[in-house]
Amino acid sequence: MTVCKHELKQGRLSLVIWTAAISLMIGLCILIYPEMGSQMEDFSAIFADMGSFTAAFGMDKINFGEFIGFFGVECGNVLGLGGAFFAALIGISALAKEEKEHTAEFLLTHPISRTRVLAEKLLAVVLQILILNAVVAAVCAGCIRWIGEDVEWKPLALVLTANLLMQLEICAVTFGISAFVRHSGLGIGLGLAAVFYFLNIVANLTEKARFLKYFTPFGYTDSADIISECTLNGSLLAVGMALGAAGILAAFRKYTKKDIA
Amino acid sequence: MKAIQTEHLTKYYGKSRGIVDLSLSVEQGAFYGFIGPNGAGKSTTIRTLLGLITPTEGAARVLGHDIRREKQQILSQVGYLPSETMFYSGMRVKDVLRFSADLHKKDCREEAQRLCSRLELDPNRKVEELSLGNRKKVGIVCAMQHKPILYIMDEPTSGLDPLMQREFFELLKERNRDGATVFLSSHVLSEVQKYCTHAAVIREGRLLISDSVENLGHTEAKRVTVRGIRELPEIDHAKDVKPLEDGISFLYDGKPAELMRKMAELPIRDITITEPDLEEIFLHYYEKEETCDDGL
Repeated sequence: MTVCKHELKQGRLSLVIWTAAISLMIGLCILIYPEMGSQMEDFSAIFADMGSFTAAFGMDKINFGEFIGFFGVECGNVLGLGGAFFAALIGISALAKEEKEHTAEFLLTHPISRTRVLAEKLLAVVLQILILNAVVAAVCAGCIRWIGEDVEWKPLALVLTANLLMQLEICAVTFGISAFVRHSGLGIGLGLAAVFYFLNIVANLTEKARFLKYFTPFGYTDSADIISECTLNGSLLAVGMALGAAGILAAFRKYTKKDIA
Repeated sequence: MKAIQTEHLTKYYGKSRGIVDLSLSVEQGAFYGFIGPNGAGKSTTIRTLLGLITPTEGAARVLGHDIRREKQQILSQVGYLPSETMFYSGMRVKDVLRFSADLHKKDCREEAQRLCSRLELDPNRKVEELSLGNRKKVGIVCAMQHKPILYIMDEPTSGLDPLMQREFFELLKERNRDGATVFLSSHVLSEVQKYCTHAAVIREGRLLISDSVENLGHTEAKRVTVRGIRELPEIDHAKDVKPLEDGISFLYDGKPAELMRKMAELPIRDITITEPDLEEIFLHYYEKEETCDDGL
């Protein structure tokens, strides 16, 4: 587990910053909910009336005036975007940064197989994502207790679970890409996360673009859909997990044979 | 078992040449110099032996293990110093050394400390703050602390000051005396001549020659230095004529008697006849190839 431990140490600061930033923003939003709650009924009416903008963020399906609706939209954006960027960041740099900074030569001339290196690096990024999500979930639960709001825990847990799975998928896909690039690839990773996010927005806009949900992990992470149906969409999820598995497989295929520059 | 044996090893990066049909044999216990100009394929050869890159054709064994299938067995017994030593930023020297030792699954603290003090390396410094030479020292300790039986060093002395170079070679010589094999690439011919028992010359991806340094240095040609004359009369087989302050120096590969007769007629004050140094011989190899190329 030497490589995994090393990876976690190297990524420690970045993990702390991202976790703190996301938890802080979600926590704050929950804490100000009681203040806003009373005005939310009016907001809800306004938001429901903004046409395609309303649809884009799924506000036609959920009630922004209820805590779970508020949490869904807010969480969908803060944790959704923040988590996706973090996952893309650590996924894409897992292998590529070693070649960019020429440390791959150091690492791979030690008696450790490339398969082992890949497995430990993958474990390290998954652990980082799990830690971030565990902290976020704990902060959510704590803040909800604090404001004394009575919430339905099932849809809330589903939203958080979907976000976790989405981050794992993005991480797996960017991990796969990471094996192919020689530069840091940060642009590719973050760009991909952003494209995924906007694909879902477009998919929400019109029925014709609905199929796009299959091409983005934000499809099954859309909190409006999750809360209104109180379940995760199995087929979207299956496609997403298959894509993630393909990413990991590609990484192993490529990296075990790659010429290290 | 040879320490290193390659058979027709070839590596192309797409269409560009790395090494071509390289067959090399390094005996165990040798102190082997691998010489060639920049871009000749020295690093490509080394990186292929270590499994960082896969050869296009040919085969090689290091310490009896196949470079394609038995990388881990090879790497656990090899100490490798890359030509450009890069480490993870944010780490201290001792963390890097510890990380490397952990990857070898060995406790090397004692040896690391000994090597650090001999190389005057402060283990508490951060690696990104180190100068090129000090970074090189970290690489050297990493390559030596686990006491491998084969040392593969890619241009090890670049960046080291002369005193450190001497200390470094002292360390290598000690390990060599204890039975380890040393294989180092270099374009500094004098250090190869001084320390290596065997050497190979590579140029444009191809092996030009490999032999013991003694044999390589032995040629029919002699370096003749005469003092007291400013111009050399017509002498057959005299080449590379260089004027000196008070005389002339030239390479001679004809009959000795012929040279003596010519010299006897000249008003010379002093004469020395020596073996040419290795540098001259290798430059001679390079140049010979170049003239061949010109001929094509």
